[in-house]
Amino acid sequence: MAPIPRTAAELEAQVEGVRKSAAENQAENGDYIGFGQAGAFDEEIYGGGKKTGSDNYHTTIGGDDDNDEDEDDGDARPGVGVAPRKAAYRVSEAALRENAKSGADVDPMLEHRRARVADRENEYKAERRKRARLSPERTDPFADGGKTPDVGSRTFARVMRENDLQKETADIQQQLRDKSKAGELVSAGNGEAKLVTGRKKGRWDVPTISAASMSGSTPVDATPEQTQTWASTPKQPQKWDATPQHIPAGAATPAVPTGPSRWDATPATAPSTGVRKNRWDETPRATTGAETPSGAGWAETPHADRGDAGAETPGMSKRKSRWDETPQAAQTPSGGGMMTPMMGMTPGMSTPIGMKAMGMATPAPNHLMNMTPEQVQAFRFEKEMDDRNRYMTDEELDALFPPGYKVLPAPAGYQPIRTPARKLLATPTPMTGMHGFFMQQETAASNKGILNSQPIDQELPMLKPEDTQYFDKLLQEVDEENLSPEEQKERQIMKLLLKIKNGTPPMRKSAMRQITDKARAFGAGPLFNQILPLLMSPTLEDQERHLLVKVIDRVLYKLDDMVRPYVHKILVVIEPLLIDEDYYARVEGREIISNLAKAAGLATMISVMRPDIDNIDEYVRNTTARAFAVVASALGIPSLIPFLKAVCKSKKSWQARHTGIKIVQQIAILMGCAVLPHLMSLVDIIYHGLEDEQQKVRTITALSLAALAEAAAPYGIESFDAVLKPLWHGIRTHRGKGLAAFLKAIGFLIPLMDAEYASYYTREVMIILIREFSSPDEEMKKIVLKVVKQCCGTEGVEPQYIRDEILPHFFRAFWNHRMALDKRNYKQLVETTVEIANKVGASTIITKIVDDLKDENEQYRKMVMETVEKVLEMLGSADIDARLEEQLIDGILYAFQEQTTEDIVMLSGFGMVINSLGKRCKPYLPQICGTILWRLNNKAAKVRQQAADLISKVAGVMKLCNEEKLMGHLGVVLYEYLGEEYPEVLGSILGALKGIVNVIGMTKMTPPIKDLLPRLTPILKNRHEKVQENCIDLVGRIADRGAEYVSAREWMRICFELLELLKAHKKAIRRATVNTFGYIAKAIGPHDVLATLLNNLKVQERQNRVCTTVAIAIVAETCSPFTVLPALMNEYRVPELNVQNGVLKAMSFMFEYIGEMGKDYIYAVTPLLEDALMDRDLVHRQTACSAVAHMALGVFGFGCEDALNHLLNCVWPNIFETSPHMAQAFMAAVEGMRVSLGPVRLLQYTLQGLFHPARRVRENYWRVYNTLYIGAQDAMVAAYPKVPNDERNVFERYELDYIL
Amino acid sequence: MGDRYNIHSQLEHLQSKYIGTGHADTTKWEWMQNQHRDTYASIIGHFDTLNHVAIAENENKARLKFNMIEKMLQPTGPPSHKKEE
Repeated sequence: MAPIPRTAAELEAQVEGVRKSAAENQAENGDYIGFGQAGAFDEEIYGGGKKTGSDNYHTTIGGDDDNDEDEDDGDARPGVGVAPRKAAYRVSEAALRENAKSGADVDPMLEHRRARVADRENEYKAERRKRARLSPERTDPFADGGKTPDVGSRTFARVMRENDLQKETADIQQQLRDKSKAGELVSAGNGEAKLVTGRKKGRWDVPTISAASMSGSTPVDATPEQTQTWASTPKQPQKWDATPQHIPAGAATPAVPTGPSRWDATPATAPSTGVRKNRWDETPRATTGAETPSGAGWAETPHADRGDAGAETPGMSKRKSRWDETPQAAQTPSGGGMMTPMMGMTPGMSTPIGMKAMGMATPAPNHLMNMTPEQVQAFRFEKEMDDRNRYMTDEELDALFPPGYKVLPAPAGYQPIRTPARKLLATPTPMTGMHGFFMQQETAASNKGILNSQPIDQELPMLKPEDTQYFDKLLQEVDEENLSPEEQKERQIMKLLLKIKNGTPPMRKSAMRQITDKARAFGAGPLFNQILPLLMSPTLEDQERHLLVKVIDRVLYKLDDMVRPYVHKILVVIEPLLIDEDYYARVEGREIISNLAKAAGLATMISVMRPDIDNIDEYVRNTTARAFAVVASALGIPSLIPFLKAVCKSKKSWQARHTGIKIVQQIAILMGCAVLPHLMSLVDIIYHGLEDEQQKVRTITALSLAALAEAAAPYGIESFDAVLKPLWHGIRTHRGKGLAAFLKAIGFLIPLMDAEYASYYTREVMIILIREFSSPDEEMKKIVLKVVKQCCGTEGVEPQYIRDEILPHFFRAFWNHRMALDKRNYKQLVETTVEIANKVGASTIITKIVDDLKDENEQYRKMVMETVEKVLEMLGSADIDARLEEQLIDGILYAFQEQTTEDIVMLSGFGMVINSLGKRCKPYLPQICGTILWRLNNKAAKVRQQAADLISKVAGVMKLCNEEKLMGHLGVVLYEYLGEEYPEVLGSILGALKGIVNVIGMTKMTPPIKDLLPRLTPILKNRHEKVQENCIDLVGRIADRGAEYVSAREWMRICFELLELLKAHKKAIRRATVNTFGYIAKAIGPHDVLATLLNNLKVQERQNRVCTTVAIAIVAETCSPFTVLPALMNEYRVPELNVQNGVLKAMSFMFEYIGEMGKDYIYAVTPLLEDALMDRDLVHRQTACSAVAHMALGVFGFGCEDALNHLLNCVWPNIFETSPHMAQAFMAAVEGMRVSLGPVRLLQYTLQGLFHPARRVRENYWRVYNTLYIGAQDAMVAAYPKVPNDERNVFERYELDYIL
Repeated sequence: MGDRYNIHSQLEHLQSKYIGTGHADTTKWEWMQNQHRDTYASIIGHFDTLNHVAIAENENKARLKFNMIEKMLQPTGPPSHKKEE
């Protein structure tokens, strides 16, 4: 490749070279025409319609891709791997890549799969599942006139006690852990049920901070207190757990991937129980109850008869362990009526060890339901393999015998091994072959474990595999008559929820309405018991979550104070939405909580959320704080202030103080400047936190103050007076994270101060900031940068001070490679530097960084370039001297050429520098153009594209520098590259051409327009949006300014191409096309264009006709309607529906575009419209109505009321049309008339039908009335009819009768 | 999306949110009540009509405003007794 030319002479030589090589290229290929040669290429255009297949060339790939007329000569199609016919056509790299990929094992539908909420949760957000135990109902102290609640119910006091207990447990565990770490804890006695290590958990598996992180997520994770609560009320077993029978406690674990959980813990301690026989390898007897040791609950083997919970006395229930739950759950008749393999085991073996041996879930349907879809898939696959490799049955073996053999009976003493324990320790049996335990059934074998997913009721939508655990009841046939009312209700809710979750939109809509209407009848309990578990489902998709949240929202509104017992339950589910990364999820969450607060009232909200404020789990506290902020915004900050005051002063626990202060922070973030009226009291509540003994509290206090200051800016400094001193003190005493928070607070406070103070405080804080410049902590760096930005942006800070005190340190500490690597640091640094530049001036900053444009690190160069761009954009280049200017140009050229990843930053930076320097660029332009040309010829498409983009950016400056010759060269070269195959690049090249044409004008353009335009015509066929847009812009420009350079025939040809462009998706393209039509019609006269367009109305394709009507209207607008209307109205006489409708539509668009010009034509077209409005065809009338609407709006105030009123009389009978399009057009006409005839006239028309005896009539008339009323309420006051008083009411409006 | 979900079904719903709009079952009394309220609002809202009425009634404007706002409560008197449905 030729070296980059530095001078104009070299450049010219290079351009010549490019042209020569293009000419050679053409000579080789035969069908490529160089510029300036006799144009054989115009054969198609000028050569009299001789069009052979091979001449029908396209210059781009994009145009070929979906052009069906090319389908039959497939050899010309690029990108399919056949040898390209022309040298210029290469198989695109993208296509090759695509082909290569299709061979590999990729899921082509992967990108179309709908996103699940769980997929994008990070570890912290996934915590919500650990809270999955939906909190039990609480008493509503306000219900029933405040009567004393039942002893057993969950009151506030009780919840608080539970919370304390939980905390104490965690404390003790922590202590034990510490002790064991210190080696002080010795295992005592025979070690039975003693804490050996800190990891050992009690049988209840209390989720502590550490325990929670260790034990995996178990869907039904009960805290001890809660377990006891529900266990001790056997009347309603597990009421709060919505579907307990579907999720047996033991079964949950295998389905969910877990860390070390309690299931692992059990066997781990088993060997240490030396005295006891190890039951794991013992053959269980009929009843194992005899050897149950006392004490160790977790090891307790259940009694055989434990399954029946109802038989137990409440007193016993204390000893009841989770192990017992399993069989009970599995035996529930509603478990699907299917035998689970677990059931098939010896009755005494109620522990679910079966699953452990299988290594995977046993095929009980219940377990399937807990699986994720992938697991289900894997399971299905495995099952199929097992099916094929299963043991042969006796019958099959018998059938294999050749004749003459016989089967001997087994020896008398033989006993086959049937002990489950042995079996379990053996290799896992294939699932279908569990002969000892499971009676194989024909159906089960044949359906290969595929779950039935169509509910019995065929109206209902299909279930997804993961839905089954919630909706499996709908799969069974039941006689609804025989169900109890509760069960019926449950079933009904289930059906509605399924419709909402999986149904089609109409189904969903009606179900939504039903569930809303019946909400109070269903009651809060049954509703939330089904909705909330669904929301916690790990396989929930975004859309489903949105729908379910919507259900809650609607239901809440209806239930009102009935929700009180369920508030916490709902909060547990909704709070996580507040920290979702999806903005709309956060908004939805906020809305629900705010509605909840309004429905339940402040007192309930506080009493419900109070215990969570000092929860030991940080996650709970965090979400609670956010929820509280929402409550504050819903019920007003003042109502919450007394409570917050108490919480922030809590002596009992620092967690409460921390959360309280965090609530204030969240309120500030959520409500913004709405905190201003309460700023004083909010600061008052939290300021003592700055001197708290807990580091965390001090930090959050500083952060809250920062948030408050940010929200209040630029007001409210007086509220912060009290905190300035402690903050000041704080930044001197703190280090690390605390210091960062304090600095942040100061950073946000300084902009609030007046100039004098700000200057003083900036100087003070700067000492510390400069010290922290060298901090290695990333977070600290960001905050320091931010504070520097805020300080420098403040009024009182002197430029001289910044230049002397800050800049040297700042550049030394921050302007290095490392800062460029992290995206956020990068951004912050650029922002801060620009802010400083605003104070100290552009040249100071640019001098410092200009040499870095030649740095060896690309990312760093990029950062420098972006800063230069922004600085120049803000401040201009006036104070840049000649030397710096030279350095700058040198630098950007280097940076631009050396880039390896073509990036918008470099491009826009380059453009900004050139445009900012303006005329001063002149000496450098040849060199710049040389670079551009060199890059235009590059192999990489991106490089070419960028070079072309750069041309369009610098074209203006080149004109300014009178470098027209240079531009001419560029134009020629670009013209040569119009055969570009990459649509992105072609689009940029067209854009560059447009830039040049725009500045040097049509006459001076090289190549001349008459050569350029024919080359553009085929490119209009290209389907790529960018190409289309740039091409149509260019063509439109030429049509506007230089239409005379091109023959009328060429313009006609372009007109045809333009019709296609009217269909483009992008509005900018359509608009440019429509304008171009106008220019062309102006240039060559409307008649030819109009004839073409009118002919086009006869085509069948609707889209095409619509576009044509738009074009006709445009032509009418640009060439005055009188040139078009006669022909158009004449066309209406063609007895063809399409044409007539087209004419009407064109008129409709025309009147829309010509606006008030319509006053001259309204009388001319009235007879036509009159005829159309009386036509039988609905579409006729509809289109005529919209034409009338546009006309009426246009002629407002020009005295055309007579014609309009006449038309209104023709429009009015359509009031009874039911077709929505017609109704819409009618309404539009009425609105138009309301404007131009006045609402009073319309009201007179309307009055006749408002109280018509037929409802159908009344409905339509009221609709019109409402439209009038909304549009002109005030004007109608004077025109209402006089209604005489009757014996009860005064209907006269006497005020209107006053006469002076 | 079928025709049922077009703008017009929404428009009607949208309009129904405003006080003063009516529907097929609007009674004479309701309609008249809205007219009266609109009339008072219009008089209060226009400086000149308020002057006009004030002169005609020989009442100061503030009191007039107050009176009219008061009258908006039940401008036409009590509703006629409900028809048994």
